[in-house]
Amino acid sequence: MSAVLQDPALMEVNPPLVRSEDYHDLTEQISAIVEGDVIKTPTKYWITLAITASVTGLLGLMLAYLVSTGIGVWGNNRPIGWAWDITNFVFWIGIGHAGTLISAILFLFRQKWRTSINRSAEAMTLFAVMCAGIFPLFHTGRPWRAYWLFPIPNFDLNLWQNFRSPLIWDVFAVSTYFTVSLLFWFTGLVPDLATLRDRATSKVKQVVFGLLSLGWRGSARHWSNYEKAYLILAAISTPLVLSVHSIVSFDFATSVIPGWHTTIFPPYFVAGAIFSGFACVMTLLLIARWTLNLQNLITMKHLENMNKIILVTGSVVSYAYACEFFIAWYSGNIYERFTFLNRAFGPYWWAAWSMYTCNLFIPQLYWFKSMRNNLWVMFIISITTNIGMWFERFVIIATSLTRDFLPSSWGYFHPTYVDMCTFAGTIGLFLTLFLLFARFLPMIAISEVKGVLAVQKHTFTSEEMAAK
Amino acid sequence: MNLELMKDKLGLGEDKLYGVIGAFSEPDELVSAGRKIREMGYTKLDAMSPFPVHGIDDAIGVPPSKLGWIVIWFSAMGAATALLLIWYVGAVNYRLVIGGKPFFDFSYSIPVTFELTVLFSAFASFLGMWAINGLPRLYHPSFNYSQAHRASDDRFLLVIEAEDPKFDAQRSVEHMRSVGAGDVEVVAG
Repeated sequence: MSAVLQDPALMEVNPPLVRSEDYHDLTEQISAIVEGDVIKTPTKYWITLAITASVTGLLGLMLAYLVSTGIGVWGNNRPIGWAWDITNFVFWIGIGHAGTLISAILFLFRQKWRTSINRSAEAMTLFAVMCAGIFPLFHTGRPWRAYWLFPIPNFDLNLWQNFRSPLIWDVFAVSTYFTVSLLFWFTGLVPDLATLRDRATSKVKQVVFGLLSLGWRGSARHWSNYEKAYLILAAISTPLVLSVHSIVSFDFATSVIPGWHTTIFPPYFVAGAIFSGFACVMTLLLIARWTLNLQNLITMKHLENMNKIILVTGSVVSYAYACEFFIAWYSGNIYERFTFLNRAFGPYWWAAWSMYTCNLFIPQLYWFKSMRNNLWVMFIISITTNIGMWFERFVIIATSLTRDFLPSSWGYFHPTYVDMCTFAGTIGLFLTLFLLFARFLPMIAISEVKGVLAVQKHTFTSEEMAAK
Repeated sequence: MNLELMKDKLGLGEDKLYGVIGAFSEPDELVSAGRKIREMGYTKLDAMSPFPVHGIDDAIGVPPSKLGWIVIWFSAMGAATALLLIWYVGAVNYRLVIGGKPFFDFSYSIPVTFELTVLFSAFASFLGMWAINGLPRLYHPSFNYSQAHRASDDRFLLVIEAEDPKFDAQRSVEHMRSVGAGDVEVVAG
């Protein structure tokens, strides 16, 4: 199995993916962030953390208010029973998808450049899914009854779930997705935790990292099974990630609402998820690269490759938009035609055009190499992409629900301050968790990057030998 | 598991010889040295490295992982569990007409069946991997080697275990040195 991680023939390292002299130097570069004295952590880190933690506190307040008062504190009402909550749910789940794509699909395609970014992308997946889970959980109104979503025999009610409904499929998809992502992430983390254990200087760190690293000692027998497990986890995560957003799209596609009842939804949602997720990884990595000085490990090559994926998935999403419009006209269905005209020119025109601008037009700049290599351009596009993708979900949900078949039951959605603060609060939670992760766990996979370095060294020496 | 073995695993047992360990600084050196040592007739070898080394399994005789077989059984179990659950709930225990749909059908069972198959496979590969590897384990005699902490940093260790029938502390040390290992030590544990 070692062949999968480092077969020189499968890998062209030009320019080198990691800039480092030797293995020890790599260990030092990555561990230094984790091991640095807590007191010596830059003040800007603590200030940022204080801000994001306060915003997370706001989330707590809003949820407490919602639970104690009722769902009415959100703007959801007839005809729009699903509003920001489901928009935010789909938005966060979508962001998570890039992490799994980087860790699993790029692994199977033997893309070595993933090694510098996969750990942080996987962590991002976990945090994004946590944020996503909050919305349906609290939309139930009684989150302490959430176990009713699972098929646990209940003798007081004698009720079972309805397996014919896509909502229960969603419960299975999202909870499986979170669990598998967590197992995958932790598996990858163990060898690096062993590195930290071996370097630990204080008793507390020795005990903590000693327990977390499970006694890992890097034995060849262990690596053999480890790589097998890693390969299997990657192989099952690949269809899993495609299934999760497909199933999320079934929530809409299996209904009869105009604008939702389409077969294009699963691939369209998956492409959009990867598009927004890569943009989010980009935002986080650019900030981390700048604040933690990771230029040697996250090189322009990594960033350019990610921009190419953003361009591809952005173009797939654009194609889906065009296709939807075409089919709405071609189907001859008046409700379908109305829905799409209403999207672009109805009361939500501002949301629709924000989405077209951010998703359709702006990423096209990445056809130019100079744009793909400009840090400011990529930072701005990473933000606009996520704004655009949030609007995409909002447009799909709001335009279809506020104006469906009967004009007498049309409406318009107004979010309340609780809607807004809850969404802002999840952004705070997401950033807080990511900041804590970046500071206290190795955010770059030490052992995997060393594998890349070994191949890099190997390739160069054989080239040098050929030259001689 | 008897008490003696348990004590041993916790690092409380009698001190005995674990083996001879030598260190290399590049993965290529480890693989070629491992192959040479194996050609000398040693059979109980191990290697420790900060990342998986290409070719080491072949060089020191590590058998291919059996994890795939465990996982395939669990994935089948996951699929069966899901189908049984959906069938029992919909067609046996709680028959309810919803939208005129059948009480049980494969078409609407696909999503949940797929997810449970993946979930079971993931747990099988995760837990199975640790179980086969004999981890978690708080203590291992190889940790007594003075350079053990570098096996997770920048050193590639080769081990001739004391259980090897050909093992002889003094001779094995010489053999280890002859293939180019540095920091060769006899390790007790």
